[in-house]
Amino acid sequence: MKPSFLKKMDGILLPLLGLGIVLAIWAGFSATWAKELPSPLKTWESSKSYILEPFAKRGEMDQGILRFTWYSLVLVAKGYALALLIGTPIGFLLGVSKSFTKTFDPIIQVLRPVSPLAWLPLGLVLFLSFGKQASEMGALFTIAVCSMWPTVLNTAVGVRAVPQDYLNVARVLKLSRSRTLCKVLIPATLPYMFTGFRLSLGIAWLVIVAAEMLTGRPGVGGFLWQEYNALIYEHIILCIVTIGLVGFVLDRMMSVVERRFKTG
Amino acid sequence: MAFLELKNVGKHFGTTEVLRDIDLSIEQGEFVAIVGFSGSGKTTLISLIAGLLQPDEGTITLNDLEISAPGPDRGIVFQNYSLLPWLTAFENVLLAVEQAFPNWSAAKKRQHTEKYLALVNLSPARDRKPGELSGGMKQRVAVARALALEPQILLLDEPLSALDALTRATLQEEISRIREETRKTVVLITNDPDEGIYLADRIIPLTAGPGATLGPSFRVDIPHPRDRKSINHHAQFKTMRRGIGDFLLGSRREHHQFATRKLILPQIEPEDLSLPRPMGRRRPVRPKEIQRELIELE
Repeated sequence: MKPSFLKKMDGILLPLLGLGIVLAIWAGFSATWAKELPSPLKTWESSKSYILEPFAKRGEMDQGILRFTWYSLVLVAKGYALALLIGTPIGFLLGVSKSFTKTFDPIIQVLRPVSPLAWLPLGLVLFLSFGKQASEMGALFTIAVCSMWPTVLNTAVGVRAVPQDYLNVARVLKLSRSRTLCKVLIPATLPYMFTGFRLSLGIAWLVIVAAEMLTGRPGVGGFLWQEYNALIYEHIILCIVTIGLVGFVLDRMMSVVERRFKTG
Repeated sequence: MAFLELKNVGKHFGTTEVLRDIDLSIEQGEFVAIVGFSGSGKTTLISLIAGLLQPDEGTITLNDLEISAPGPDRGIVFQNYSLLPWLTAFENVLLAVEQAFPNWSAAKKRQHTEKYLALVNLSPARDRKPGELSGGMKQRVAVARALALEPQILLLDEPLSALDALTRATLQEEISRIREETRKTVVLITNDPDEGIYLADRIIPLTAGPGATLGPSFRVDIPHPRDRKSINHHAQFKTMRRGIGDFLLGSRREHHQFATRKLILPQIEPEDLSLPRPMGRRRPVRPKEIQRELIELE
């Protein structure tokens, strides 16, 4: 048996141990064969000013890391909102109507695996007539198109899985179509929808980085790409860590919301 | 013309004939129990009367109007409660009231809902959701919902079969009392002859399927309200019980006996394990978890 205080420390000590191991491997690589890879210490030295002054603005592409994160989050929020607004109704139609499914399901299955990198140029072309705004519109389009699929598919599955009992209630009470939707279908589908929403948010955050890299917009992804071109490799690592942490926080936040609907 | 009339009604699913030659007439104010084995087509029969299914042969009329769709003139209580879990007991009943009486004022709708929750003795639990109610309480809400429609006829589809014996006895008494108070026409589907004898004016056995049909009526002349203890010693109770039993067993011997049984399979699809599961609360059964199994009756 382990002493109980050690057991209690497991939750903190073991993750710290994991972090230590990864840092050691990283330091080992940069000291031996990957000479260009900055060591952990060098990364910290070079990134310090970005982290300690997270909201500083020294130039268009030289800003505190949280300021960059904020730009990225705003863009993600817009694209994600668009994805939900388009994806949820499509999911409902897929779940409710067999002929709609037969018409559009093949297209959805083909479009779903397409990478964000492939959608972005198309988005830029699509909004070419918007001039200066083309890059933002293109990025929004890419986020929306890539991140809506989990919402679409989960909503459709949820609608199909509505128990027959509930539909019988709607039939016996002679609920109109719109009341059946509001009183029965949507509440019964909510848990599935929120699983879709959470997965969609994860994808939206993945896409933002690619979109910013290609369009050169200020944001975490844009900063990462610029610093790569400027040969400041320490900042690449800073960006990766930031992207990971933000993605983690977003996912936790969504799963809190999701859990509320699962038990409700 | 009787109040509810079924003439030569037949129903089949695919090639399986479930019901055939069903003739039934029920007078206004009568309480009829239909007793039969599991899987003999009892639920199909009540779904036809409710209008959830359409007969393949024959006609069903209520008050001389042919039944072609479900409607609030027939209040139905399902075996598995069928309450909407995201609404409270009150809201479940209120939803029915809103549908049945759209022209009433909001206050009148609420008052009407309260009245029927009080009728089933559920006023204290009005703001609880179905997940927080016991099986017996859920079934009371379902009864209140059906009655609040002020239907011409009340259809009860094995309403008590999911409950434990004690709750079952209590609810039988409640149904008997509510029936005395409202004088509604009631069709009760059950697999328990004793329950039928305790509650109904007339008992009709349904033969074993496939191709089930109704047997001869047994009239119960014991006056209401019936006392559960003394009813056991009533002369008619014993003969009737034997009669119904003999008829059902006899009908089963006629054909080689198979019946389908509803099985609820465990959900084996992976769910998101990172989310903690609420303990003790079962989500509603999804359609694909329900399978039918063919069993041979002894």
